Amino acid sequence: MPRTFSFRAQNIQDTERLGTALAAAFPDGVIALDGPLGAGKTRLVQAIAAECGVNRADVVSPTFVLMHEYHGDRPIYHVDCYRLRDDDEYNQLGVDEHYGPPNLVLIEWAGRMERCMPNDRLDVAISPMGSEVREFNFVAHGENATARLAELRRMLT
Amino acid sequence: MQRLLILETTCDETAAAVVTDELEVLASVVASQDELHKKYGGVVPEIASRAHVERILPVIDETLRRASIKPTDLDAVAVANTPGLAGSLVVGVAAAKALCLALDIPLIAVNHLQAHIYACRLAAGRDVFPCLGLIVSGGHSSLYHCRTPLEFDLLGGTIDDAAGEAFDKVASLLGLPFPGGPALDRAAQQGNPKAFDLPRPLLDDPSRLDFSFSGLKTALRYRLCKPGENMPAQPLAPELVSDLAASFTAAVIDCLWGKTALALRKTGLKTLCVGGGVAANSALRARLQVERERAGIELFIPPMRLCTDNAVMGAIAVERLKAGLFESLDLDAFPGLLRPASQKESHQQTQ
Repeated sequence: MPRTFSFRAQNIQDTERLGTALAAAFPDGVIALDGPLGAGKTRLVQAIAAECGVNRADVVSPTFVLMHEYHGDRPIYHVDCYRLRDDDEYNQLGVDEHYGPPNLVLIEWAGRMERCMPNDRLDVAISPMGSEVREFNFVAHGENATARLAELRRMLT
Repeated sequence: MQRLLILETTCDETAAAVVTDELEVLASVVASQDELHKKYGGVVPEIASRAHVERILPVIDETLRRASIKPTDLDAVAVANTPGLAGSLVVGVAAAKALCLALDIPLIAVNHLQAHIYACRLAAGRDVFPCLGLIVSGGHSSLYHCRTPLEFDLLGGTIDDAAGEAFDKVASLLGLPFPGGPALDRAAQQGNPKAFDLPRPLLDDPSRLDFSFSGLKTALRYRLCKPGENMPAQPLAPELVSDLAASFTAAVIDCLWGKTALALRKTGLKTLCVGGGVAANSALRARLQVERERAGIELFIPPMRLCTDNAVMGAIAVERLKAGLFESLDLDAFPGLLRPASQKESHQQTQ
């Protein structure tokens, strides 16, 4: 089964559609987001969380408090590694306690803490190509994420 | 005279203060701003939530020592239990409960954001209520209708990045040194705020009292490089950095003041209280002073030591003490900022 997939969002609506599909294809698990400042990581998290029944206005950047918890149709943990300096700080945050069903864990700036990411996860690299145009490159790690990425691809193509 | 111990562990700072029921501050300790960690040994990490566990007891001891009182001299313990980082909040809450249980004294809950507004009351030395509260910090950008020290209605807030976070991240984009906020402020003072035309997100929507700074950050990025291109090599020309910093700052401040002015009109309030670390921004301060005169309102901005996270502002607990609003020992920590739609739930939770 292929472990990679690319999706190009031509506008905000496409990004919303991607968020909807991710929420459906990944009922739980870990989605690790990366991309430069302003790429739209929080935006994608908002789209996923809204699909899970969370009030969109409650989904704000967790940069300063490091982790938000939302109660939608499933527990969602919204983590931000932007301010974290080393593995130890990530580990002390206790994010790993939330890996696994029924939780959906969405991690921004995950590349900064790559060694702390679980073996089974979906990496999402976001590249801005235009004011609303975004290239999303997915890499699945582990069996679960690979099967779910196949589901995501089916939903989007 | 009654003495309150106040604990603050909502985010990075471990802080404690002893305040009397007459709002006299007997002692205030903020771990990161203190020589405390040298005294107790070890490096104090700035972020990790479990670091609060290591710091909370030394901070409490030091606070009581400076106040020249014993634990048994305390009449109540107050703790900020919302909003913040879950793992950090629970440390303060657990410590407060343990003290209340051991000393058999009442427990009082403090809302961290309401405490930021109360810092204005402390600095003013007189009543400031009713007022509009504007909280601008690294983690928050919110507007409150503050009816009394016990009644706050959230009117709106950021829907993505907080103002301070936006300043920090843009400073990083521009290659400015850490901490980003003050560096951006200095750069902006040398620049032309009209050099770049940046958007004012949500400003033209009079139905909302919310802020959105994420798209503004992205817009600034596109002034530096076209989408899909790499960022230009650092360091950027100082004039460019200054002009971008000034233009960005102007856009953020337009949004902050625009929604603040709208909230003043909608509520009819004549007093504005500002709290949070971004209140240190010189351009924001200058703009608020100008608008204060133009709008004919009263403006309160506390000194910096009361703007950044501290426990003294938790003296808002004195108001709850006087009103007899105490918590049971099963008080919980609530990490999330509760919006109007979910405030009913929060009210039930605090009862």
